[in-house]
Amino acid sequence: MNAIEVKGLQKSYGALHAVQGVDLSIATGEIFALLGPNGAGKTTIVEILEGFRTRDAGDVSVLGFDPQGDGNAARQWRNRIGIVLQSTSDSGDLTVIETIEHFSGYYSNPRNVEEVIDSVGLEEKAGSLIRNLSGGQRRRLDVALGIIGSPELLFLDEPTTGFDPEARRSFWALIEKLRGDGTTILLTTHYLDEAEALADRVGIISEGKIVEVSTPAELGGRSTAQALVSWRDGAEIKSLATDNPTSVVSKLTAQFNGEIPELTVTRPSLEDIYLKMIGVTHE
Amino acid sequence: MNKIPSAISLGFRRGGLEIKQFSRQRESVIFTLLFPVILLVIFGSVFTDTIAPNVTFSQYFVAGMIASGLVNTGFQALAITIPLERDFGALKRLRGTPMPASSYFIGKAILVSISMIIQILMLLGFGAIFFGVDMPTDINKWITFTWLTLLGSACSTALGIAFSIVPKSGRGASAVVSPIVIILQFFSGVFLIFTQLPTWMQQFAALFPLKWLTQGMRSVFLPDSFASQEVAKSWENGKTFAILMVWLVIGVFFSVRKFKWDRD
Repeated sequence: MNAIEVKGLQKSYGALHAVQGVDLSIATGEIFALLGPNGAGKTTIVEILEGFRTRDAGDVSVLGFDPQGDGNAARQWRNRIGIVLQSTSDSGDLTVIETIEHFSGYYSNPRNVEEVIDSVGLEEKAGSLIRNLSGGQRRRLDVALGIIGSPELLFLDEPTTGFDPEARRSFWALIEKLRGDGTTILLTTHYLDEAEALADRVGIISEGKIVEVSTPAELGGRSTAQALVSWRDGAEIKSLATDNPTSVVSKLTAQFNGEIPELTVTRPSLEDIYLKMIGVTHE
Repeated sequence: MNKIPSAISLGFRRGGLEIKQFSRQRESVIFTLLFPVILLVIFGSVFTDTIAPNVTFSQYFVAGMIASGLVNTGFQALAITIPLERDFGALKRLRGTPMPASSYFIGKAILVSISMIIQILMLLGFGAIFFGVDMPTDINKWITFTWLTLLGSACSTALGIAFSIVPKSGRGASAVVSPIVIILQFFSGVFLIFTQLPTWMQQFAALFPLKWLTQGMRSVFLPDSFASQEVAKSWENGKTFAILMVWLVIGVFFSVRKFKWDRD
């Protein structure tokens, strides 16, 4: 069974049609990234799946449960999911360990508190008041609170905003570890390299619609797109778009009889593809 | 698979956490717990007359301050702090966990009860030592005091949670809530002697719980002979009970039905 199954999802705020007929299937154990510009409807979709918002139309099943449900069934359901929201803060009068320990008491099978603190890299801050943490450290605490309940499904809404590059790398390693445990993850992000590094599949969303769902490598025909070979020929930089970059390079090697000056071979980056897709749908 | 902890046990966990958080906010600890005592010192020092045989103004004032302490630690504190928690996003995060709303409410009620007990002890202690406030000796008066405090706290907590949906933002909450409380304190005979107020003020105050709590506390701390000087010529404790129950039901209804976890 799929962890998340969405059919014909619609949501409007007055005259604004934030989500216009979205279909989405996310397999158990999969890491899925939702990409899209601000205002595309990402957060609305995710908050409907998390049970924070109601929908206008469509069918939604998250771990076999309708997120609009209520009562004890909803509690049982929330016991199986973890949510890292976009922006949360606290009054800051508790320490990191006190907060995580407290939240661990909400769940039937919490992870070990010390292990969670270690895995988000806050061991040295465990005894610090939250008010004394940096922005990136607070974000890591958010992630810790999202995973403390050993969720089967984890929602991560722009989890690494405000991280320095090193913190992002160690966060990625943590996600890889969660993948190893079989956790299904739905990620929204602004960072395309993050989606590329983590996601099994990505969905591009623009103006309330899913434009494409694919693996990061194949998105927008990226894997079959022409490569661009460029090199220096005397005073000018030459470049050639080709389906066969290897043969172009070997011809050039013969021509230059050895080292080709300033040789590069590039394929469109995920960002190029993404911007093109967003641009296309804006026409 | 273990079971999810019960709503009651999580409520007590929340209560412990609320107290821990509160005790670390030095400013609000001082303001909430010491302010009534400061008022007692000011009013007790200025008004040294007796207002009836064997009844000093301090005696009258302590009764009123205990009643309004119930409103301060419950209604006022919650209606101001819950919108702040909502602004922080702390409530939304809680909403995303298996912790039920009832546990959150129980936690708040525990915080209110503990701060109320501390406040009452301080008021009675200061009153007795520095302003000659007499403690009741009749066991029935203490029974009345107990149910008034319990019912008053519950009512004040429920109304504070219910009213937390009114302020649009955490920053503006104090400006919305505090004037209501201060006006009710003046109208309900906390700072001023109730029978000396204009009739329209008395009638307006009689719609709200504070007037009844204040009157109930007077029935505990003032001699029974004073009852004849009340507006109704009696303490009306039965009526007080009924009116507090009605407000409790209203508060619980809106808390359960209308509580907002999220800003939007």
